[in-house]
Amino acid sequence: MFPARIWREFPQRYRLEAVKNKDTGEVYFPPRYVSKDGKKFNGEKYILPDEGKIFTYTVIDVPPSQFKDEAPYVVCIVELTDGTKVTCQITDYQKEWLAIGKKVRLEFRRVQTDAHHGVISYGYKAVPAE
Amino acid sequence: MRDVAIIGVGMTKWGEIWEKSLRQMFVETAYEAIADAGIEKLDGMYVGSMSPGLFVGQEHIGALLADYLGQKNMPAGRVESACASGGLAVKCAFLDIASGNSNIILAGGVEKMTDVSGDGATYALATAADQEYEVFHGATFPGLYAMMARRHMHEFGTTRRQLSHVAVKNHENGSKNPLAQYPFKVTLEGVESSTMIADPLTILDCSPITDGAAAVILADMETAKKVARNNPLVKIIGIGHASDSIALHDRPSLSGLEATRLAGERAYKMSGKTPEDINVAEFHDCFTIAEIIVLEELGFCPKGKGGEFTEACNTHIGGKIPVNTSGGLKSKGHPVGATGVAQVIEITKQLRGECGDRQVEGAKVGLTQNMGGTGASSIVHIMEVL
Repeated sequence: MFPARIWREFPQRYRLEAVKNKDTGEVYFPPRYVSKDGKKFNGEKYILPDEGKIFTYTVIDVPPSQFKDEAPYVVCIVELTDGTKVTCQITDYQKEWLAIGKKVRLEFRRVQTDAHHGVISYGYKAVPAE
Repeated sequence: MRDVAIIGVGMTKWGEIWEKSLRQMFVETAYEAIADAGIEKLDGMYVGSMSPGLFVGQEHIGALLADYLGQKNMPAGRVESACASGGLAVKCAFLDIASGNSNIILAGGVEKMTDVSGDGATYALATAADQEYEVFHGATFPGLYAMMARRHMHEFGTTRRQLSHVAVKNHENGSKNPLAQYPFKVTLEGVESSTMIADPLTILDCSPITDGAAAVILADMETAKKVARNNPLVKIIGIGHASDSIALHDRPSLSGLEATRLAGERAYKMSGKTPEDINVAEFHDCFTIAEIIVLEELGFCPKGKGGEFTEACNTHIGGKIPVNTSGGLKSKGHPVGATGVAQVIEITKQLRGECGDRQVEGAKVGLTQNMGGTGASSIVHIMEVL
């Protein structure tokens, strides 16, 4: 993977940087340049809360090649405390614990590596918070 | 706008067609449609294909296929909307004719998926989801639909068994379709005990990787009546097309498919038909849960009741609304770009009364629903036999 492609996503993947539409209060993650209803808006940098609940999840048994060594792993959609939803993996969990509605926290983790000599990509993963 | 009719259809056997290339599969199929229509020359062609670049390293297939079809110099191009590319090709052909720009257009679809490994196919298919915010984190297509299924189960009490009913019914229909990739029957227990792909979806909840092509010939009504041989004319009376957020997490609800609801509303409005008028339908059952949600979004049953509606055999041949008489993507196969065109072929054949063992008796009005990605593109066509 070309390094610039990973590098340009650092603000979102490392620091959960979003944009808040000051006109409507809506949060856009990743940032948008036009509002969801097609208007120019006054935006400000906004950091997503790192706590939320599992909105839905699945256990991936058949993974893409870059996640071969990790399957089975859990991918979920987390609904954060401000209502924003993000897709990520859940890690450090017990199988019996896993359920819709469980509290999680987003942590900075290694997400994937690009073959043996490629770039290592970091980002957020969810861990149990209850 | 001028009236548009389907005057020819062509489709060859789908499956792992190792002995044929993309161009060969397409040309054989397209030529069959041209012969079925009883014409010689086309005014133009739209080919739906999701990713010939990633699957066989060949872009620019509009010109390539026009040449190999012996129709060099005509306007020809490829259109793409992920798994809805075929439906988009039919829509483009319709508009080209309805506008008066052309009289006879071929709408085709093709995907050659087995020239790459399973990993290669998974990678190519995943490009229809959000690469940076879904696929980056390890989400796969079965995984994304599994998360929709789990949400539908959570909100409406849809059961694992109800998902299985979709697979069993579509394989039952597909067993009567000689062009299907997997024309065998499966059992409820067989679906549930098959290999887990992305919990709760097993391999028999998923559509397969398929090589295949499909083609239809569209013409304005005046031309259609002139060239039509013995085939009954099938008129396209409604088209609806809508889009949605490409990432699942950007949607307020994961248990519905808004673009499909909107596409349906637009097609019903244009045609003046309602769900009660539809005699037979082809849905985009890329995963069993999709067929259940589409039933709800197109108004064939109330929201949340798609599972029960399916379990009660309403979607069987002979039921209230037969769905996926061809076997659907599940059994017939899913060469992504060809699927939307093949759906139109099945409905055309149903309306012409050519479906043999899987014929819906007296079908006059039919509907197709084709979607891309996790439903971020959806195209609905409604057809009526004259």
